[in-house]
Amino acid sequence: MMGAENKGHDHEEAHLYASKEEMESLVLDKHPLSGNSNGNSNFFSSYRSAMSSSLPDSHHPLSPSAASAITTDSDPLLSPPPYPELHGPSSHDNSYIKPPNYADFIFTPFDGEDNKGLESPSPSSANSPTSFSRSSSSNSEYIRITVSNPQKEQETTNSIVPGGNTYFTYLITTRTNIPEFGAAEFSVRRRFRDVVTLSDRLAESYRGFFIPPRPDKNVVESQVMQKQEFVEQRRVALEKYLRRLSEHPMIKKSDELKVFLQIQGKLPLPTSTDVASRMLDGAVKLPKQLLGDGTVVPHEVVQPAKGGRDLLRLFKELKQSMVNDWSGSRPPVVEEDKEFLEKKDKMHDLEQQLSSSSQQAESLVKAQQDMGETMGELGLAFIKLTKFENEEAVFNSQRARALDMKNFATAAVKASRFYRELNLHTVKHLDTLHGYLGLMLSVHSAFTDRSSALLTVQTLLTELASLQMRSEKLEAASSKVFGGDKTRIRKMEELKETMRVTEDAKSVAIREYERIKENNRTELERLDKERHTDFLSMLKGFVASQVGYAEKIANVWGRVAEETSGYVKESI
Amino acid sequence: MDHQQPPWSVSGSSQSPRSPSSQPYLHVSVIDPVKLGNGVQAYISYRVITKTNLHEYQGPEKIVIRRYSDFVWLHDRLFEKYKGFFIPPLPEKNAVEKFRFTAEFIEMRRLALDIFLNRVASHHELQQSEDLRTFLQVDEAVMERLRAHENGLFKKPAELMQIFKDVQSKVSNVVLGKEKPVEESNAEYEKLKHYIFELENHLAEAQKHSYRLVKRHRELGKSLSDFGKAMKLLGSCEGDSLGKAFSELGAKSEVVSVRLQKEAQQLLMNFEEPLKDYVLAVQSIKATIAERANAFRQHCELAETMKLKEINLDKLTLTRSDKMREAETEYNQLKQANEEAKRRYDDMVRLMNEEIVRFQEQKTLDIGVAFHNFANGQARLANNIADAWRSLLHKLESC
Repeated sequence: MMGAENKGHDHEEAHLYASKEEMESLVLDKHPLSGNSNGNSNFFSSYRSAMSSSLPDSHHPLSPSAASAITTDSDPLLSPPPYPELHGPSSHDNSYIKPPNYADFIFTPFDGEDNKGLESPSPSSANSPTSFSRSSSSNSEYIRITVSNPQKEQETTNSIVPGGNTYFTYLITTRTNIPEFGAAEFSVRRRFRDVVTLSDRLAESYRGFFIPPRPDKNVVESQVMQKQEFVEQRRVALEKYLRRLSEHPMIKKSDELKVFLQIQGKLPLPTSTDVASRMLDGAVKLPKQLLGDGTVVPHEVVQPAKGGRDLLRLFKELKQSMVNDWSGSRPPVVEEDKEFLEKKDKMHDLEQQLSSSSQQAESLVKAQQDMGETMGELGLAFIKLTKFENEEAVFNSQRARALDMKNFATAAVKASRFYRELNLHTVKHLDTLHGYLGLMLSVHSAFTDRSSALLTVQTLLTELASLQMRSEKLEAASSKVFGGDKTRIRKMEELKETMRVTEDAKSVAIREYERIKENNRTELERLDKERHTDFLSMLKGFVASQVGYAEKIANVWGRVAEETSGYVKESI
Repeated sequence: MDHQQPPWSVSGSSQSPRSPSSQPYLHVSVIDPVKLGNGVQAYISYRVITKTNLHEYQGPEKIVIRRYSDFVWLHDRLFEKYKGFFIPPLPEKNAVEKFRFTAEFIEMRRLALDIFLNRVASHHELQQSEDLRTFLQVDEAVMERLRAHENGLFKKPAELMQIFKDVQSKVSNVVLGKEKPVEESNAEYEKLKHYIFELENHLAEAQKHSYRLVKRHRELGKSLSDFGKAMKLLGSCEGDSLGKAFSELGAKSEVVSVRLQKEAQQLLMNFEEPLKDYVLAVQSIKATIAERANAFRQHCELAETMKLKEINLDKLTLTRSDKMREAETEYNQLKQANEEAKRRYDDMVRLMNEEIVRFQEQKTLDIGVAFHNFANGQARLANNIADAWRSLLHKLESC
């Protein structure tokens, strides 16, 4: 459908200077938003597809690129006129609402389908407008990522089936002034699998952080969606994801991201399948561990037990968690941070409200869409009537009526367009809700990181306690034997060694736990601050666009009311 | 309940109802719908008030109780008697059961009936109808009898012509070997017929979309209200100035929602209903077209039959048969009938031509008013919405 949209883009565009006949076809053209709800019960995806297919990411009219890129080849129905709205604290600086007439200031005039000055280039072009990084650092560093140019490629190795697997790669272009990258502009080709790898590695390295969720794997072979559509959706989603990563203050400096964006050829990060094979290694090691031959490698505790080689550790932690849950006895260390627990509850509430707001936003968007559509259909019906009356006119009263109908129909079609344009803006602004809802996943992960780190600490403490007990028992037993027992002494030394290693592991684990706690805290602060800004922006943007378009619609109908005011006087 | 003058229909001769010895006036209104009866037999009755100084009427003011089927009786009588005229349309008979007694439907129907009666009363010919006087004055019991009688299975043949119409056409068809009904071949009239039939389709479509538009207003209002509520709750998670902003957004959404619902109602009454009325008027013209076709056919058939009778009579005259007297009488009767049929047909043609002019002018006016009301309503709605959101925007800016 995106392909169709591209064609429709030109087609609709040619009709911008439409006469009334052409207005018919204009109104009849399937608008990208209107055709998209394919009975898809998953509101999230259909909504997102509607949104992602028609909009570039946030763009700023005062940004240098937009100001110079005044193209006239964009259709207001596809990409809204530039809307001065930003993510991030820098939006406070711009007073973008100038009273009294928002319609004129914010939106380019729409009279007579005049599209001069419409600034946003087509969203499907390779050079999509940039997202302004939510950069709060003082040295105005920036990083701009674009994803474009999907290409089909063949799986060359390991293909049993001749002509085997095909997959798509995407061109990822980065422009940055961050010195660590060592270059100002560079490109790589990556496939979706690489993105999954990146995401998984980041999750391991940045425990406790709110890492933006990656796009879905989306394996479903949708009959309704064509390959082209799917690829385009994925491209947009990838771009969004990478941009969000590059906006995260810690992650943008990460090695993983750097490597992903810069290193040509094969992505030099361990893939998740490699990680899975660790489990197999772990299964091989387990028997040795059980016989006492396994050693705890302290630094491994910085990783969660799950997904690691150490199956024994996994079992121990599982046991510990059950002890925590069922035994009623207080584990050695608990989550004591009251502030954190409060925050956690708040996040839970927030998530619920975000979810319901998100849904209602969907419904609102649909209702606005329907309104626009029906208004357009009404206009169209009267255009047909106008034609008909003119063709069949015998009396002047018919011709007069035909003229009235034409004016009415023209206004209705205009109003219809305004509703649909308004909807594009509404979708864009309310998308903030969906975005933060998605972010809740990251929050969950970060909290999970914390609790699993805590579990590791608890497990090690329990372990130490039991080792200590064994040590004491051994000591007591061997002291009864005069001169010592060679085996017992050896055992005691081994035990002491194990205890030392476990002690080290415990220290590492505690350090890790504290580190994650700190990450949680700073991230929560950051989230609150950014969310506050973004929500305020969203509210302002939503309301401003409502005002702007209501004014435009009022103008259109006001004129018709005036033109027809003679009838009311006559009939009194 | 105050009588609400239909906003979009010309009312006609209803000036100065109380000035004595002034111009003749006939002022009618349909008010006070009341639900009567129980269960399946429940129906709505209306009060019909007549104020007049015409001497044909029983007094300056009369109030009677009527129901929908009484209006149907009046309509049908007018249709039968005033051929060639475009009888004002009645609101549709059938309504979906569950809507039949909603306040909205009852009011819409009352209004439509009021408009109907007013149109009849202000039509230069129809207002002189005896049936109209009957309708406006007889008491309920008499009305019920008339109505039942008319709606009974066997209609009393009004005129002699009825017999001829049924029997003669069959006979002459057999005699003349014609199966198809005779039709006028008049290019202008053909054009008109085509126009009327096509017009109905176009108007029906416009009406359909305007009804949908009413629904869309309601839906938008509802979803905006729900959205506002959700945002309010979201705001309670945030607290301080942001929470307040959400709360204000929720409140404003509710305000706008209410405004939208109001506009939906206005749209229904001031635009959708007039469009529907237009459709019904066109359908009424179609019925008149059918009547004219009947009249034409009658006239033709009678002319044919008369010719045959003439030939027969001549034959009998020559042979000096004793059947001659009978045949002569028959022939004269037929001749008279034929002249009448021709006259009736010619009247219809003339009337229709006049009516169509009047109709087109009236409709331009009606639709003009409807457009004005629509545009006014939409402009007002949009301005209200802009004002509401603008005031919120000022508050948000200070956040």
